[in-house]
Amino acid sequence: MANAECPECAGEIKFKPNTEVGEIISCADCGTKLEVKSVNPPKVDKAPKVEEDWGE
Amino acid sequence: MVKAAILYTVITEENKLLGAEAVKKGFEFDKINENELILDVANFKKDYDVILSRSSSFMRGLYAAKYYEDCGTRVINSYDSQALCGDKYLTSRALAKAKVPTPKTLMAFTPDAVHKAVDTLGYPVVMKPTIGSWARLLAKINDYEALQGVVEHREVIGNYFHKLYYLQEHVNKPGRDIRAFVVGDEVICAIYRVAKKGEWITNTSRGGSAENCPVTPELREMCLKSVKAVGGNGVYGVDLMETTSGLTVHEINHTTEFRNSIKPTGVNIPAKIVEFVYKMAKK
Repeated sequence: MANAECPECAGEIKFKPNTEVGEIISCADCGTKLEVKSVNPPKVDKAPKVEEDWGE
Repeated sequence: MVKAAILYTVITEENKLLGAEAVKKGFEFDKINENELILDVANFKKDYDVILSRSSSFMRGLYAAKYYEDCGTRVINSYDSQALCGDKYLTSRALAKAKVPTPKTLMAFTPDAVHKAVDTLGYPVVMKPTIGSWARLLAKINDYEALQGVVEHREVIGNYFHKLYYLQEHVNKPGRDIRAFVVGDEVICAIYRVAKKGEWITNTSRGGSAENCPVTPELREMCLKSVKAVGGNGVYGVDLMETTSGLTVHEINHTTEFRNSIKPTGVNIPAKIVEFVYKMAKK
């Protein structure tokens, strides 16, 4: 399976075996936070911005 | 067969752990991604028996909870409970009403009123946004000049929400506070959140570390009384401080994070939550 590509730096994004759609991961090359959009085929996009009402 | 779902904004580590525990127990969680929701106010069809709300967004979680509850679904935590826990002023008010020890807290809406309120609390004083988490925009204000600065910034560059001044006495805690986890009517475990050296903020999201905290009868009683004040019957992270006169409760979290608390406590927190969710679905 091909790897995903970081939309910021075009770096290669390798998914861990238990990666899920909706998960936030970081690009190992540039550190950009990314949201997993699809596992197969692997696709990511920039993660949503943390809003002021986000939290626990 | 119970129809259950988890509502989320993003798949956090907690949400993955909850999903994995559900699978282990042979339960099935549908995943509801908030980003894809379109809530029709005229629709009341019940699709789920129970939904575990794990929204990262307070407002989205609140609207979704109202929608699904109106459809007859049990939402954990309930709309009413989320509304109280997600707003620090409402939480403080509920705690005070229930006579749960909580730091002295005042709300003011104008700079003049803020200065008068702080005169009664004394310095240092803590200013927090009413809505928000992870210690964001939290300020410990040590003197009049600092207060003037913070108020002016909020008035000039803030939105309406920043002009709601939630002011709290500063509690001189011993470099740590307590996060206790309540599931239903059980206090399943607790951690000390130890501040980084030189920091006054203890949140683990801000570099604080987690250590096991024994659940004493005093802690248990105060936690159960606290969650009852905000609706009970759910999953909560209760934040307490140790003072010379005993424990005091300052916040209650309705979508508590727990990723850093499993190891120090030795308690499988997501398993306890999943069991509770399924138990509630059958009630």
